[in-house]
Amino acid sequence: MLSRTADNLFWMARHIERAENIARVLDVAHRTSLLPRDVEGTEANLWYAPLNITGCAASYEEKHGLARASVVTHYMALDPDNPSSIYTCLKIARENARTARSAITSEMWEIINATWLELKRLSEQMDYDYEKFPDFFDWVKDRSHLFRGVTLGTIIKDIALSFIKLGTFLERADNTARLLDVKYHILLTEKENVGSSVDYYQWGSLLKSVSAFEAYRKIYRDVISPLRVAELLILRDDMPRSLHACMDEVENALLEINGSAGKEARRSAGELHAALHFGRIEDIFEEGLHEYLTYFLGQTYSLSQNIRDAYLARQDRFETLPIGSSVQTQQQT
Amino acid sequence: MDIKATNYFDEMRIDDGKIRDIYQHYQHWQSNLSTGTLERKSAEAELLFRRLGITFAVYGESSGSERLIPFDIVPRIFSRTEWTRLELGIKQRVRALNAFLHDIYHEQEIIKAGVISKKQVLGNALYRPEMQGVDLPNQVYAQIAGIDLVRVAENDFYVLEDNLRTPSGVSYMLENRNTMMRLFPELFASHAVEPVEHYPQMLLDTLRESAPANVSNPTIVVMTPGSYNSAYFEHAFLASQMGVELVEGQDLFVHQQKVYMHTTDGPQQVHVIYRRVDDDFLDPLVFRPDSTLGVPGLLDAYCSGNVSLTNGVGTGVADDKSTYFYVPDMIKFYLGETPLLSNVPTWRLSEKDDLKYALANLPELVVKEVQGSGGYGMLVGPTSSKAEIETYKQRILKDPANFIAQPTLALSTCPTLVESGVAPRHVDLRPFVLSGKDIRLVAGGLTRVALSEGSLVVNSSQGGGTKDTWVLED
Repeated sequence: MLSRTADNLFWMARHIERAENIARVLDVAHRTSLLPRDVEGTEANLWYAPLNITGCAASYEEKHGLARASVVTHYMALDPDNPSSIYTCLKIARENARTARSAITSEMWEIINATWLELKRLSEQMDYDYEKFPDFFDWVKDRSHLFRGVTLGTIIKDIALSFIKLGTFLERADNTARLLDVKYHILLTEKENVGSSVDYYQWGSLLKSVSAFEAYRKIYRDVISPLRVAELLILRDDMPRSLHACMDEVENALLEINGSAGKEARRSAGELHAALHFGRIEDIFEEGLHEYLTYFLGQTYSLSQNIRDAYLARQDRFETLPIGSSVQTQQQT
Repeated sequence: MDIKATNYFDEMRIDDGKIRDIYQHYQHWQSNLSTGTLERKSAEAELLFRRLGITFAVYGESSGSERLIPFDIVPRIFSRTEWTRLELGIKQRVRALNAFLHDIYHEQEIIKAGVISKKQVLGNALYRPEMQGVDLPNQVYAQIAGIDLVRVAENDFYVLEDNLRTPSGVSYMLENRNTMMRLFPELFASHAVEPVEHYPQMLLDTLRESAPANVSNPTIVVMTPGSYNSAYFEHAFLASQMGVELVEGQDLFVHQQKVYMHTTDGPQQVHVIYRRVDDDFLDPLVFRPDSTLGVPGLLDAYCSGNVSLTNGVGTGVADDKSTYFYVPDMIKFYLGETPLLSNVPTWRLSEKDDLKYALANLPELVVKEVQGSGGYGMLVGPTSSKAEIETYKQRILKDPANFIAQPTLALSTCPTLVESGVAPRHVDLRPFVLSGKDIRLVAGGLTRVALSEGSLVVNSSQGGGTKDTWVLED
């Protein structure tokens, strides 16, 4: 597959996944804001969380100052100038899809294109109308589900799909880790308090944001504790948005893609996966949840770099091939 | 000036208002539709096109703007008998044009025979001296040709122009059919419309046949200038229909006169490039040095015979509007045949007498730039104001050799859905002709329609629309 095509597929998937995750984060913030005030502190405090997760707190402050519900929501959902708004993500995803148009199915393209056209219409309609946003978040999630379904239902299982999966699950792992980390920031300022303070609402809404509330109930049948939430979202491989489940998929995708250049990427993914596979939540809390997540985010970032270097960048790797007509032979093996 | 559509050949109706045989069945179906059905279906079609993202960019408008080419849901219908006649004429013409290109880049017999002047060929800006003596597979230069035809009477077709560089529009031919079948399945159940859907397969076969001689299983790619090009949708569409990679110049590189693409598994050699990039931008080492769309060394690889470019380099010299004049002579010279399709009488304004005549008769003439395309920068005398004609006249006088003039043709009309209902509008036809080891074309093409009343300019860039084109057994 053409490196540039792989690059576009990878980023198309990442941006769609990212849009969905932003919608999830904002949705939870909205729900939380409906709770009694004393449970979650000031408005500004609450609305910095979603900005922190997506790493756009600084650029928001510069543009709008204090975090206010409707302004943050608009900024993260619809502001075309915000490089990590839902609007921008879906716009870039559509550009990626358009550029890789010949590598995806017509149905996939139609979903992405129709989503973008609808988003443009919605964004004109909604403006800062706070009331309309919950429906909008549902819509974003629906479109993302639809895209995933259409992808699995129409695309042939070759490396195009592997690159799409790679993008999706790397992004999802990244988002779940950030989400957990930010909750940590809001809840606990002191490292030694981890695991000792239980805030039902905060952890509950975190679970809801990753569609894990029901799963938690089913698995633990008990009150919500930070330790278990962390275990569920980090170590359980049957939880679709957990770090472990995401790394399962990332590792598989890399094995499917294979290729001589991908050795380093496969190695670091395998390492990361093994750590999750054999990890114990007590050890993670011992080390510090925040420290652990920071380390994890660093690792996924460098994995992402490895993937780029191995497959997506257009550097001239000709010297790895013997001179002559060997390329033709390679094709047949 | 008010032009009455009744002065023109009507594709559906005979002078007394009777329906031609070939349209009988369709017209019967249409007249039984409840009021508003066509309008509703037309709106549905627009949604489909928008959803599919079948858009094109219009140059000169704000960059990145994407527009739909209006699609008209009334089909244009040919009978098999008419089509067979057309097909023969089209193939004959393309065969002669390729023979001409091979000749001028080799022995130049046609110049030696005095049929066409040396200056006309070698002095042409689109003649590529780099191609002199280069042998191409099948001796074919224009593997994909778009021949624009207009009809003025029952059996009277004219070739308006030959497109031998990077003719576009075939994706519309295919999507128009697709959309029609989605909107009106019952029509296709009751009409035996000849299929066009196998065009991508025919194109792929043609590209395979165009591979360098020693390559048995060629790797084929479509090369696009990028996603901001007006025809990007088509490039992506064709690549995916053929199951080949869609590349940009940046994806390719040349090593020891061979072309490779960067893949996730290292470099892979490419043997056939269906390029939709103009000659000028292909190779910065030979043509425009500022081109970022091309591949350094590509022409060298091409001339060494290690990669095929379709269309070949230097075809522009044959589809130039001043060369057009000679095509009937080429048919006689190379094939020894009488041209089956007529050329539009053409005045070349480089000639003194022609210029004089044209300047005196501008209000009746159509004037075009010799190397123009897409309907940009042309004058349609009968529909232009005095002031427009005067401005254009000054342009001609600055460089007469850059223009040709033709009589305003009475383009046939075809029923078309417009605001006031179904009314006749002028149409032309672009069939797509593929030349590999054989010459092939599907039964159909792109019918373009001028949507404003009386307008004779059908180009999409000038607000024209398109129609599905049917060939039916008579």
